[in-house]
Amino acid sequence: MTVATYIEASRLALAEEMRRDPKVWAVGEDLGRGGVFGQYRGLIDEFGPVRIADAPISEAAIVGAAVGAAMMGTRPVAEMRFSDFALCAIDELVNQAAKARYMFGGQTRVPIVVREPIGMWRSSAAQHSQSLESWYAHIPGLVVVCPSTPADNKGLLKSAIRCDDPVVYMEHKGLWPLEGEVPDDPEHLVPFGVAKTVREGRDLTIVSWSAQVHVCAKAAETLAAAGVEVELIDLRTLWPWDKAAVLASVEKTGRLLVVQEAVSVAGFGAEIAATVAENLHRALKTGVRRLGAPRVPVPYAPSLETSLRVAESQVVEAAQAMMKT
Amino acid sequence: MSSRSQSVAALGPAPTNLDVERLSGHHLTMLRIRAFEEAAIRGLQDKVVFGAIHPSIGQEAVAAGVCGHLRRDDVLLSTHRGHGHTLAKGADLNAMMRELFGREGGTSNGKGGSMHIADFSVGMLGANGVVSANIVIAAGAAHALKLQGRDAIVCCIFGDGAINRGPFLEGLNWAKVFDLPVLFVCEDNGFAATTRTRTMTAGEGPSARARSLGIPSVEIDGNDVLAVDEAARDLVPAVRGGAGPRFLHAHTYRLTGHTSMDAAAYRPKEEVEARWRLDPIARVEELLRQAGLSEGAIEAQRRAANAELERAYADALAAPLPDNARAFADVQDVGDPRGEAF
Repeated sequence: MTVATYIEASRLALAEEMRRDPKVWAVGEDLGRGGVFGQYRGLIDEFGPVRIADAPISEAAIVGAAVGAAMMGTRPVAEMRFSDFALCAIDELVNQAAKARYMFGGQTRVPIVVREPIGMWRSSAAQHSQSLESWYAHIPGLVVVCPSTPADNKGLLKSAIRCDDPVVYMEHKGLWPLEGEVPDDPEHLVPFGVAKTVREGRDLTIVSWSAQVHVCAKAAETLAAAGVEVELIDLRTLWPWDKAAVLASVEKTGRLLVVQEAVSVAGFGAEIAATVAENLHRALKTGVRRLGAPRVPVPYAPSLETSLRVAESQVVEAAQAMMKT
Repeated sequence: MSSRSQSVAALGPAPTNLDVERLSGHHLTMLRIRAFEEAAIRGLQDKVVFGAIHPSIGQEAVAAGVCGHLRRDDVLLSTHRGHGHTLAKGADLNAMMRELFGREGGTSNGKGGSMHIADFSVGMLGANGVVSANIVIAAGAAHALKLQGRDAIVCCIFGDGAINRGPFLEGLNWAKVFDLPVLFVCEDNGFAATTRTRTMTAGEGPSARARSLGIPSVEIDGNDVLAVDEAARDLVPAVRGGAGPRFLHAHTYRLTGHTSMDAAAYRPKEEVEARWRLDPIARVEELLRQAGLSEGAIEAQRRAANAELERAYADALAAPLPDNARAFADVQDVGDPRGEAF
């Protein structure tokens, strides 16, 4: 085990995979200088400018070229800088990458990883802060990954690079400096579709992913002190998602609270809530609840930005209210 | 074949030193494309072909002349109007017809249809239902060829309508910046769907835009298969030799509508009739006659193409429907599409 930050973990993962497989290369704006957040720092020294390739500010070309290069047998990692900018490459991702294998009857695969940093971060405002993971979960063909810890960011990015499907890989910008233990074994992979039970408990299930997992973990501590035992599940991947783990937990606790940073309306929490309602309505002791952002763009002022984030206190309050019914 | 194509506009003196065998090969390719699309339209009328068919009737010389210079391991990307390019690249005609019929044994076992026709076994990486989308994918395919150190090239064919979308700029810029082996071919039929492209295009058009990015462009009469052949004969080896991207701007005309259901009433009758007199098939036949090929030999090629299509039509009609399980196959490796949402 090594202690590494979330951002270092992703760098370790990419470097290990590039050493293992000469077909892997990365392409995006400013990668030679380390990328906008430093995710690629130093990689050009080991792998050179051909495999750590700078790109013009051409999101459609970055993803489109990755699609073409993947069809030809390479394994590109396409950096989008901010998930918001990936919207300039939606055709390439949704109409091309996600569908090529299917509409060509299995004649090809598109093994690309599209890295799309998400989340509210330091007053980045409306066009640099979104969490649009539910959009991609809706698209057949795509894998959607939202790691919450350094260890998962390493193990999941490695799985993403080895995956033959197109992967939308959403790191949370607020987690870059988060430290944690990271496995050294270059063959340590975190599989898709396997949730992590962060904390076991009998009273109430909280399902979350990405940065909100840490908010929920703190809330669970507070709730434990008040006698409420929370089972906290970190989904880690939204497609595939670990439906079995969620259903098993809610069957045990009878209560489900979903917590997400994204806009709650039509967010992935709705899918979880609906799935539980369809399968477990008799086991539920109280109505399913969701916490997420209201349906507004992310504002600039730090005070306003903070007001949109689901806070630990809101999680505690919601859980306590659910325990009373 | 339409009787209108029998009278050819005066074209001036015949070129000397014609390679009759090569020209004859192009003639057959063009006839097969024409017959294929006529069969596809017939299939639509017979309710055995579905969705939209975008015929390239009148544009066959571009497909034949360009693809005639590509190797099997060269890569081709095409458009929603892609039957001709795909056939000219060497795809199996029977499998293509089965694909249009939505049958087992189609190039994609009936999952793509006309707009997503593809045959990766001959380097044909797909027609594309989204205008301009193939341009950035082509740049990426060429990027991979360069990374892999292969001497194959990418040929990307798109229409004049594609030059007003962003991927045109992004893809050409990418190919030039990374010095990639791509031959861009703008098959300029004058129409963006049902709108005259020049009424919606600023500046001097496709060639000027390519040149502004430092990509040399050659502009030709795309209805003259000899001109297309000669242009591609120079451009393909240049691209293969490491000269970087090249651009071919081929002027042609879509003799039918945007789709086979489009009567194209937005065009004056006289204009279309004049264009039929420049039908590339009639013109190549005229060249063959001038080169001494007999009427019988020309007619034999027509009969061969038509007979091949009759057989393909019958074969497709007799082919089984795809097993319904195919709807769930080749979605992705992870996650079960079946268990959800029912």
